Amino acid sequence: MMRDKIARRVAEVPPSGIRKFFDLVANVEGVISLGVGEPDFITPWHIREACIYSLERGYTMYTSNYGLPELRQEIAIATKRDYGIDYSPENEVLITVGVSEAFDLAIRALVNPGDEVLIPEPTYVAYKPCTIFAGGVPVSVPTRAEDEFKLLPEQLEARITPKSKVLVLNYPNNPTGATMSKRDLEAIADIVVEHDLVVISDEIYDKLTYDGKHVPFAALNGMRERCIYLNGFSKSYAMTGWRIGYALGEAEVIEAMMKIHQYAMLCAPIMSQKAALEALRRGNNAVKEMREEYNRRRKLIVKRLREAGLECFEPRGAFYVFPSIVSTGMSSEEFAERLLREERVAVVPGNAFGEGGEGHVRMAYAASLRDISEAMSRLEKFLSR
Amino acid sequence: MDKKEEILKLLEGDARLGVAEVAKAVGLSEEEVAKVIAELEKSGVIRKYKTVINWEKLGKEKVAALIDVKITPEREHGYDAIAERIMRFPEVKNLYLVSGMYDLSVLVEGNTMKEVAAFVAEKLAPLPQVTSTTTHFILKKYKEDGDMLYDGEELRRLAVSP
Repeated sequence: MMRDKIARRVAEVPPSGIRKFFDLVANVEGVISLGVGEPDFITPWHIREACIYSLERGYTMYTSNYGLPELRQEIAIATKRDYGIDYSPENEVLITVGVSEAFDLAIRALVNPGDEVLIPEPTYVAYKPCTIFAGGVPVSVPTRAEDEFKLLPEQLEARITPKSKVLVLNYPNNPTGATMSKRDLEAIADIVVEHDLVVISDEIYDKLTYDGKHVPFAALNGMRERCIYLNGFSKSYAMTGWRIGYALGEAEVIEAMMKIHQYAMLCAPIMSQKAALEALRRGNNAVKEMREEYNRRRKLIVKRLREAGLECFEPRGAFYVFPSIVSTGMSSEEFAERLLREERVAVVPGNAFGEGGEGHVRMAYAASLRDISEAMSRLEKFLSR
Repeated sequence: MDKKEEILKLLEGDARLGVAEVAKAVGLSEEEVAKVIAELEKSGVIRKYKTVINWEKLGKEKVAALIDVKITPEREHGYDAIAERIMRFPEVKNLYLVSGMYDLSVLVEGNTMKEVAAFVAEKLAPLPQVTSTTTHFILKKYKEDGDMLYDGEELRRLAVSP
């Protein structure tokens, strides 16, 4: 018998709840899936065409570890223009393989063994496992539907210990669709200062904000030096498969992240970086159109869910709704499995996003109005049984 | 965007979308949406609801030609009188007044090449205001009314993802 082959910290992380559900869905035919965490738009053609052109011109090599200088420049300009935050393209911008990599780098660059990482829950599925892989200790901070899934200062404060080092923010939020206003964030910023925390703020859904204006955490007074600001192209430009994200922060922390990135990844694929450049330069109209379309779907799905009798807080960002299914008496897994088998609608059980997601399911409205409408009719049938 | 425009955008993308869905997506009641649509139909903003068909796929090929037409404009009427005369022919699918080397761009459709050629020779060219025609037969349709007429592009998402 061979000794334990797999490292303990990897073995102890349970398999993804989403993965499990994916296998289930694969065996059912005629499914309308509201379980997809990516846009249902194909990347706008001008972006794809720019990538093809770059290949024709021979852009097939490594780039700088930090990423293409012109892309870093363009990101710095856009961040300044949209949010008024200054980052030097020289050494405060790092292009990564999706925000996923950026998050992993940030955690690895910050966390010493045993350091605690505060993660609002329900949470995106990657934050806790990445923390554990890096030797950190994830600490869940509950957020609740009655607070519109905002992170409340008192909830955060209650979980801070002398070992707390990092706070993860993700607004607009996956899976809840929650957003945080400037005032909401300022209350958090006070605690961040008081307890000397570093913030990793994953703002991949920033452009998909439907009510009010998105405020990056780094834009708050004094937070630029305490925050690693993550963003990317996957959601706003419908570019998930291209895998381009970026991290913005002070030179010291960006350099630390780059150190890991240069050995693990070397650089993000050049053809994808070229496409991202085109997206930034000429993609704004497409973003606006997609946001308008998502907004119509958002209104439709929230209305239909409420008509069907499910309690549902109105999400103001991303493309998810996170209705409560407590009234059905089912667990979130049971609900999702039965809805799939009986009515062929795929949703993701809330417990895939941590214990705090139990009693909810996540539905992505990155689907056509027709599909959403049909899915809601099936849901009504399901609930009336 | 105002509600009218939003409704039109939705219907432009999918004319068969029901009033119920449209109502929820734009945040109006079904009655209100039905009223707005009726008004838009009445005022002629909505001309009609059509289907984009790839006839070739059915094996039913039609013949189409783009014809550049040079015109001598008429006193008092300019190009309008002759344009109105030409557009009444059912063979004419599209008709534009354009700038450049010629005046009218006419898209003509028929069942055979002969039919189209006969239309040009017998109906279009003999009109007294027409000074010349150049006929371009369409060899292949790639895109029509904003829709690509091939199946090369489709969404390939996983059924469930984080």
